Amino acid sequence: MIQLLTPAALTAGLASGDTDQILHAAEGISAYGWLLVALPMLGAAVLLLGGRRTNSWGPLFAVAMSSGAFVVALGILVQMLGYDDASRRRMVHLFSWVPAGQFQLDAGLQLDQLSLSFVLLVTFVGSLIHVYSLGYMEHDPDKRRFFGYLNLFVAAMLLLVLADSYLLLYVGWEGVGLASYLLIGFWNHNPAYATAANKAFVANRVGDFGLGLAIMLMFATFGRVDFAGVAGGVSGASQGVLTAMGLFLLLGACGKSAQFPLQSWLGDAMAGPTPVSALIHAATMVTAGVYLVVRSHWIFEAAPTAQLAVVIVGAITLLFGAIVGCAKDDIKKALAASTMSQIGYMMLAAGLGPVGAVFAIFHLLTHGFFKAGMFLGAGSVMHGMDDQVDMRGFGALNTAMKTTWVTFGLGWLAILGIPPFSGFWSKDKIIEAAFVGEGWRPWVFGFVTMIGAGITAFYMSRLFFMTFHGRKRWPKKAHPHESPSLMTVPMIILSVGSGLLGMALTWLGFAGWLAPVVGEHEEGHPVLAPLTITLLTLAIVLFGVWLAWSRYAARSVPRTAPEGSLLTRAARQDLYQDAVNEGAFMRPGIHVMRALVFTDNQGVDGAARGLAALIGGASSRLRRIQNGYARSYAMTMLIGVVAILGAVWVMQ
Amino acid sequence: MTTVSTVVMADTFTSASISYSALMPMLIVFVVALAEVLVAGFATRESRHALQVGLSLIGLLGALAALLLGARFHQGVTASVADAAGSRQLGAVVVDGPTIFLQAGVLVLALLAVLIMSERLGGIGADAFTPMGAANPGSVQERAAQRAGLTTSEAFPLMMLAVGGMMLFVAAGDLLTLFVGLEVLSLPLYILTGLARRRRLLSQEAALKYFLLGAFSSAFLLFGAALLYGYAGSVYLSEIASAISAGQPDREVLLVPGVLLVLVGLLFKVGAVPFHSWTPDVYQGAPTPVTGFMAACTKLAAFGAMLRVVYVGAAGDRWNWSVVVVVIAALTMIVGAVMSVTQTDVKRLLAYSSIAHAGFILTGVLAFDVTGVSAVMFYLVTYGLTTIAAFGIVYLVRDVQSGSEATHLSQWAGLGRKHPVAAATFAFLMLAFAGIPLTSGFVAKLGAFGAAVGHGGASGAVLAVIGVLSSAITVFVYVRIIVMMYFTEPAENAVEVVSPSILAKVAIGFCAVLTLALGIAPKLLLDWAANASLFLS
Repeated sequence: MIQLLTPAALTAGLASGDTDQILHAAEGISAYGWLLVALPMLGAAVLLLGGRRTNSWGPLFAVAMSSGAFVVALGILVQMLGYDDASRRRMVHLFSWVPAGQFQLDAGLQLDQLSLSFVLLVTFVGSLIHVYSLGYMEHDPDKRRFFGYLNLFVAAMLLLVLADSYLLLYVGWEGVGLASYLLIGFWNHNPAYATAANKAFVANRVGDFGLGLAIMLMFATFGRVDFAGVAGGVSGASQGVLTAMGLFLLLGACGKSAQFPLQSWLGDAMAGPTPVSALIHAATMVTAGVYLVVRSHWIFEAAPTAQLAVVIVGAITLLFGAIVGCAKDDIKKALAASTMSQIGYMMLAAGLGPVGAVFAIFHLLTHGFFKAGMFLGAGSVMHGMDDQVDMRGFGALNTAMKTTWVTFGLGWLAILGIPPFSGFWSKDKIIEAAFVGEGWRPWVFGFVTMIGAGITAFYMSRLFFMTFHGRKRWPKKAHPHESPSLMTVPMIILSVGSGLLGMALTWLGFAGWLAPVVGEHEEGHPVLAPLTITLLTLAIVLFGVWLAWSRYAARSVPRTAPEGSLLTRAARQDLYQDAVNEGAFMRPGIHVMRALVFTDNQGVDGAARGLAALIGGASSRLRRIQNGYARSYAMTMLIGVVAILGAVWVMQ
Repeated sequence: MTTVSTVVMADTFTSASISYSALMPMLIVFVVALAEVLVAGFATRESRHALQVGLSLIGLLGALAALLLGARFHQGVTASVADAAGSRQLGAVVVDGPTIFLQAGVLVLALLAVLIMSERLGGIGADAFTPMGAANPGSVQERAAQRAGLTTSEAFPLMMLAVGGMMLFVAAGDLLTLFVGLEVLSLPLYILTGLARRRRLLSQEAALKYFLLGAFSSAFLLFGAALLYGYAGSVYLSEIASAISAGQPDREVLLVPGVLLVLVGLLFKVGAVPFHSWTPDVYQGAPTPVTGFMAACTKLAAFGAMLRVVYVGAAGDRWNWSVVVVVIAALTMIVGAVMSVTQTDVKRLLAYSSIAHAGFILTGVLAFDVTGVSAVMFYLVTYGLTTIAAFGIVYLVRDVQSGSEATHLSQWAGLGRKHPVAAATFAFLMLAFAGIPLTSGFVAKLGAFGAAVGHGGASGAVLAVIGVLSSAITVFVYVRIIVMMYFTEPAENAVEVVSPSILAKVAIGFCAVLTLALGIAPKLLLDWAANASLFLS
């Protein structure tokens, strides 16, 4: 039975409890927080509705809007640093959204350490990608539309992270999905891209479905869907409901963040123009799932089963992505696999509770920089190599593209987790956090993260060496050259972040700053000494690098891929994810549909599998009652009435 | 006028006191309907269509104006007589907050439905209707009528009569007026159902089924009314409520069956399980604009009447009968959602969707609270707007060769590429049916489930959970249509979206825009519904 709280009791509880006391109205520049969403939204509206008139100045306007949002975010950061811990969370009331009787829902923004971290990342990296796109998309006839979508994406993402209720978050969530669908399919004259867009669409709908169910369940349980209300109501809800809620949220996060088992769309979505891939991956969309899990930490902390599920999903995905990354020859697909794997790290950390959540966000920030930098680097390589993506056709590009080589190299060192580069500070902490706990868990999850780091080192080094080192394997017509400065400057800025951000944030005490939002925790004790963990990880990482060096830099790389071992072949096929999806979901689905459509009266026995089939089966059975004869309809009604009166008679 | 001939249980005849200002909207609609009957009989063939449409629009707008400028300020019990003690008035017609809101809703929705119904697509008469309703399908007479270019303009007076019946239905203060209203709204609908121009057999079959089953359910309602009269000694809802609160120990056994049988008649009209079987067949067979009108306005009127019966009349005894309705609501949501999964015809699919929505609305009714009343009223209006637009678009999607409506889902494949505006609008309406945020459907569901959770006790909470899960199932159905329109290769037999006249465009556009606007800023209508949610008793 579901435990229920009446909204009235809830409100009373809140008013007396402490949750309410840390909700302060925004003041000063924070009160203008709505500008964060409004500016890029305005940009999108002007560009998309303005038509050809905006062709000439539209892209620059989009850059200005995105950068404007960043400036506002900086202002808010400065102001927030001036407050003490307890009063940093500020609410910006927008308007009264749904005043339905007892259920009052206001649309509002919540500015706290967590949302502001995201806002800064999204606006800063987003603005850089805008600038980079100025160069990259220079000759595209539909540039204006592209920038309109970019702005729309930034606006939706900001709404997602700033929302003060799950409902408004859902609006941003859908907006991000829409914008990404538009961006991935931007070159929709290419059928493969359009297919990729569809795949992303479907996988995301599955995820959205989960999030939608979670919100409805919250509403049914708490009668409220704003963060404060849900946080306040958790203690009164039953374990089962919270677990279900957590699992639904996790499903939503899996769809958006390309986590197992909804990971399949990410690789194909690489088809979009490169800056888009970078933006979608590194900075924003795929991290939305991590945000959701961290933001909902009250629910997960109260539902250990759901929390464990998060960790398991993260662990599976991080290995899955890493293994797939080892076999990919397409530079963008290798980076996509790597993203999947890194988000797996964050998800795992987020599932560890307060111990890991802070570092999940920390890693998200550093990853946002180095992965965006590498995606832009990959774009720059493609730009110089006539849009070729096969790494077997690269090699020795360090001579031709010095800036790209250096900036990419910094990103590479960062993702490897070599001190003192950014990745080390965040990833090492996640591995350490994974080793905290009792029983089998720290050992399993700890070693999964550690081995994952080794594989990461191998495939990222493979990518780096195959592209920039070894012998030239360029196609005959290729004349690699450095990209224009509109493209290299953002790369340089991001590479500075790749190099220094981790250290800087550690030094500034980022973890302590974020802790009040994601929950205070006691210092955990890993089952191994922290120093041992660090040294062991470094050893494994160096081994991975050495392995890649010996195979892809010291030896010559064949132009066509060798057949490879069973695992390599499986990894090339994304570990058969499409085959699995097709076998497990699509074929039964199609089968059921066919059976239902064409053989109404034969039922679906045999073909039926899973929930969809169950509903479909019930539906087709019920359908036989609906046979078109007025006499049997009348009979149904009569039976209904007799049943009603019979029930009344029994009750009385 | 039905409203005057109230049954009075007194020794001497007492004439009823009537407030004509309060009744004016209904009178206007009925008078215009009768005038249209004359037009159908006497006007020249060429002028009929324009006259009928013009008169209907004037009649509906006039009634709306009379309602908002006149009747709204003359609320009260009318067509009334004093009760036995002489202490208060018993009215056959009650003009109060919910009546005004629901009547306005019926009028606005009917206005939009007329705009779509009047679509001629270049012909001489409304395109949806057969030239000769009385002829057998495929008969010599029918072909002759087609050749002669005859038109069926009686669809418009029939529709106006139905609208009049609906307005009376939501205002009925006693069970007999309720019954009269039910028949006045139903009989024209039976005929309208049989008037489709294409697929005549299907249409006539649907009309016959609707009539037979409708008559069957009316009998239940009448039987229930008789039992309630036996229980309370009066047919007035307010008297029945007093009788319930006073208690009638020797006649107690009549009460619950009476309430439930009356509700059966109403549940039939809204298409609740197990009284829903007619819905898919009738929705499919009826001319599509009529389906839209029926789905929107009948549902609104029937739920309006149900609210009054339940809240004014039978609420005092709800502990004894509501559990049955709770089961019906649950069944309705589940069956509607599950059945919609396997539908391959758009109209049947929307029919099952309307069944599921009836379940969602019932959940709100069972809150037994003013918030339930306002939530249900808001739901009815928003659902009506979305439905009329959806059927309006279904009406325009045609098979290129035959010119008939392409209602099979497979024919909708790839519609988004050729007709982006129509497909995008339809996709948006589907999202509204699914209850996705930023559409009116979401706010409506939230209100109904919220009222159920807040005031419906344990059963309300259970219903809300079932409602959420059923919505989740239906999301799949709606998304499938969207996927069909956008991500599937177009079918070989070509389908086109015919371009309608400006009137139909305005109607569909208006509905779609309101569906969005009421999702973003529902405050105005919600407030209005909340202010109008108190029944006079």
